[in-house]
Amino acid sequence: MFALINFSYLAAAVCFILGIKGMTKPSTAVRGNQLAAVGMLIAVIAALLHKEIINYATIIAGMLLGAAIGVWLARRTAMTQMPELVASLNGVGGAASVTVATSTWLHALNTDNLGSTGWTVAILVSIVIGAVTLSGSLVAVLKLHGTIGDSGRNRAWQAVALLTLIAVVGGSALFATGTGVQPLVLAALAGLCLLLGIGLVQPIGGADMPVVVALLNAYSGLAGAATGFVLDNQGLIITGSLVGASGLILTAVMCKAMNRSLPNVLFGGAFGQSGSGAKAQDEGDFYAGKVKYATADDLALLLDSARKVVMVPGYGLAVAQAQHAVKELASQLESRGASVSYAIHPVAGRMPGHMNVLLAEAEIPYDQLKDMDAINPELPQADVVIVLGANDVVNPAAAEEPSSPIYGMPILNVHKAKTVVVVKRSLSPGFAGIPNSLFIKENSLMLKGDAKDVLQATTRAIKDL
Amino acid sequence: MEMFVLSFTIFILALFVGVELINKVPPTLHTPLMSGTNAISGVVIVGAIISAGSTDLSPNVAGALGFVAVTLASINIVAGFLVTDRMLNMFKRKG
Repeated sequence: MFALINFSYLAAAVCFILGIKGMTKPSTAVRGNQLAAVGMLIAVIAALLHKEIINYATIIAGMLLGAAIGVWLARRTAMTQMPELVASLNGVGGAASVTVATSTWLHALNTDNLGSTGWTVAILVSIVIGAVTLSGSLVAVLKLHGTIGDSGRNRAWQAVALLTLIAVVGGSALFATGTGVQPLVLAALAGLCLLLGIGLVQPIGGADMPVVVALLNAYSGLAGAATGFVLDNQGLIITGSLVGASGLILTAVMCKAMNRSLPNVLFGGAFGQSGSGAKAQDEGDFYAGKVKYATADDLALLLDSARKVVMVPGYGLAVAQAQHAVKELASQLESRGASVSYAIHPVAGRMPGHMNVLLAEAEIPYDQLKDMDAINPELPQADVVIVLGANDVVNPAAAEEPSSPIYGMPILNVHKAKTVVVVKRSLSPGFAGIPNSLFIKENSLMLKGDAKDVLQATTRAIKDL
Repeated sequence: MEMFVLSFTIFILALFVGVELINKVPPTLHTPLMSGTNAISGVVIVGAIISAGSTDLSPNVAGALGFVAVTLASINIVAGFLVTDRMLNMFKRKG
């Protein structure tokens, strides 16, 4: 029986691996996700067969409660809120690891059956990473939601993080060596780790939350792997390290897209702090008289003769709820024989791949969604590029001006297109806080206004042509 | 101790499998990948089930924590898989 159960865990892990493999293509991804769900079912059934289990009532009650909350969350979450949901689920995963490890340890303590040093360390790691993930995710959710802004006292929070980190190390040593009243040490340790999570995430700017969410995703996986060590369950270990690897890769992708190192994101960035006040003054001079303005009718005329149109959506587009307006304009252009594609920068949304989901929701076919490396060589051939609520990711300064703070950041080379139309509410800078030299380029036009209104007006103007 | 070394070997090897596999996931699917891996990390429910089920009905802290753990892991699993499915279905339909 024992061997059968363990084989079931292996089968579940294989299902997860094949499930993720299915996610490498949009056409097989739904099946992949279903396969992973089957793997989960196998794991749950195997767990229920353990001989230690004598009481099913608690388990079933917990499952029903959790499933009901899960269904509710999955149904009511709008696609724009996906970063918040994923961050919350990271936190829930972390909390689950903490409670599993604590409960397992208490059981062992009650039955006088504590394990080896390696086991104790695994319990500790589960609790430390799990608790940091829980409170860190909570802060991330609140920041994404805009409930808490960026605090001015970053140094203070970093000091809190450092002090609690030292205390956590001390507490862990106490726990591992078995000194003191163990349950109390453990409770204090969990509390300190929660504080540590807050101290680590609070000083990080709201603009960097995508990186934090990806990193916490990795943490929740690693906490799960640690739980696998606690239970001597290799299926859990495989799964945890898969999730950990996924989170780490996405973290690296986001960091590369922002041209920042992970330590730079986590412990204070070059942006924001470096005298943005002085820059605000020269902004008027920077743009003075050099920006050419256009109207929706001008844009319609331009598009009428365009063969190749590229849209560059930024988060401003999603804020304006303009995805459907984009789709409408694109359909209009396609019916006139133009080709339309969408250039998506890795940090276009509020989490990796977020913009793709938002566009897919508006029924834009995924084969028109091009990532940065795929679209950049095509941009010089584009007749018209429409920049919708994106700013820093299309700033040519990143490629041309070594003195710029964003120099070296990979950008979409929209300035190489024949004409660039920037749809934007105002000339205000993006997250990097610097003026955009794209707006004063020879081939760029500025169309002031709300993305949705502008797109709808343009669509109407084209129909009237 | 030997068990620990074996488990650790598996952990490291699985990390490499994960890196190879996830590098092949296109950026378009990164958000569903994150919510999907969220659901998968709910596999700690295995530990939660054992914790919650191995106490008899007399209530104690360990059992209560086990119940909380089952609930939390179930939220992760159900919300994760459902929301991933919702997103992926949007990618499936063509134009």
